[in-house]
Amino acid sequence: MRFNQPPDRDAILNVRHLNVRFGGQHILENINLDLYREQVVTLIGPNGSGKSTLVKTLIGAVTPTSGQVTIAPQQRIGYVPQRLHLDPTLPMTVKRFINLPRRHPHYTVQKALEDAGAEALIKAAMSELSGGQFQRVLLARALLTRPDILILDEATQGLDHRGTAEFYQHIESVRRSYGCAVLMVSHDLHVVMRTADHVLCLNRVICCEGKPEQVASSPDYQALFGDQTAQTLALYRHQHEEAANAG
Amino acid sequence: MLDDFMWRAMIAGVLVAMAAAPLGCFVVWRRMAYFGDATAHAAILGVALALLLNVSIFLGVLTVALVMASCVSMLSGRGYAMDTLLGVMAHSALAIGLVAVSFLSGVRIDLNAYLFGDILAVGKTDIWIIGGGVALVLALLFWRWSSLLTATLSDELAYASGIQPRREQLVLTLALAVVVAVALKVVGVLLIAALLIIPAATARPFCRTPEIMAILAAGIAMLAVTAGLRTAYVMDTPTGPTIVTLAAVLFTLATVVTQCFRFFRQRIQPAFFHSGK
Repeated sequence: MRFNQPPDRDAILNVRHLNVRFGGQHILENINLDLYREQVVTLIGPNGSGKSTLVKTLIGAVTPTSGQVTIAPQQRIGYVPQRLHLDPTLPMTVKRFINLPRRHPHYTVQKALEDAGAEALIKAAMSELSGGQFQRVLLARALLTRPDILILDEATQGLDHRGTAEFYQHIESVRRSYGCAVLMVSHDLHVVMRTADHVLCLNRVICCEGKPEQVASSPDYQALFGDQTAQTLALYRHQHEEAANAG
Repeated sequence: MLDDFMWRAMIAGVLVAMAAAPLGCFVVWRRMAYFGDATAHAAILGVALALLLNVSIFLGVLTVALVMASCVSMLSGRGYAMDTLLGVMAHSALAIGLVAVSFLSGVRIDLNAYLFGDILAVGKTDIWIIGGGVALVLALLFWRWSSLLTATLSDELAYASGIQPRREQLVLTLALAVVVAVALKVVGVLLIAALLIIPAATARPFCRTPEIMAILAAGIAMLAVTAGLRTAYVMDTPTGPTIVTLAAVLFTLATVVTQCFRFFRQRIQPAFFHSGK
């Protein structure tokens, strides 16, 4: 099991005093965030807490009202969106989709698909893919530029337990082989607790953050997600550690 | 060749088809069908203004189509649903245009020619204007193709690749206004949307990539235009509506063929396999 080593390197992504307002309504307030190489940071929070807005600000789709997002020079971002709806009137093969907006050499495409566990799908039509396959193709597309930062916005939404577990396995192996930082929004609290180095609990402001177990035991977190979930998590953590110790 | 009105009509029609069909693919993919309709309907107002101010009809239509398209782009997402907004603007523009035309005393204009097109009256200058417009649209589409496609897939994916979806929307809006202006003479304001959408819809079941769909749609549109012109000549029917009718026939054929094929694959083929065992 990996815990977050105190990062002694410079952060590759900095967010400082970020505020986002839409029509007078505060969506995000005073967000500060650092992301280090190979670190896995997970954003959790209730619906409407601004998770997606934060992710969209990081990829440049939302302009912050104030504050700044700094990405270290030469750092590439790979972005995996929430489940994408493709209009059925738009014919699209996996190969063509991967090569948008820029074409990549065949071996690069092949490698990215392999790393995402989607190498068999290259000739398939996007409309024929299952939910899990679709997400793996989106992951492959994000890997093409060999990203230093991988950003995932609820990438496992709509997947069943098995699909979710498999998808996170691919993310973990990608993180190791690419050496990239991962920032993800997730509802799968079990997975969050197992894989994250750092958890940010967002509810317009960052209401608590830290190692998974710190967040799980924080009163703010319990107020947001309820005792029930917190207990489930504590229980999970407990069992998991026992299993790890036994093994 | 340009001295024969049939040849001029043919050239004008084929040119318009070449630009309208690929652009129509985007209209279909982005569900902008009504948007195309609204821009086209506003063109009649452009005709009236052009006659009133004594400027070229092409210029008048282009301006009004551009204004209309930008208005819709800007107003969308501000309190009204897109289709409500388009319904209001499209028909208001058409109505105001028709009223404005009636004020033009002294100028006798054939309203039918603008509503349903008058492709047989295409002159040499028209061909140059249409050719220029078509070249501009095709160049725009070719230049922005990948960005347009990415923005069509998803705004977020576009942003993450450094593409501004609103700029791509503007490119499409501009192209749409130009196509409306050049297609006015060929099919008229009421049927321009048909020339955009029907070929793209006809091509869809036969394609696996967007590029092939755009090319096939252009082919289908050119076929509809040439066959429609010929049919109109032989049967002495109005040309614009005949072209659209031909396109509709091609669409129906394509739909019947693909549905039969699907039925065969799903129902009959398994039965063959079972009887074979």
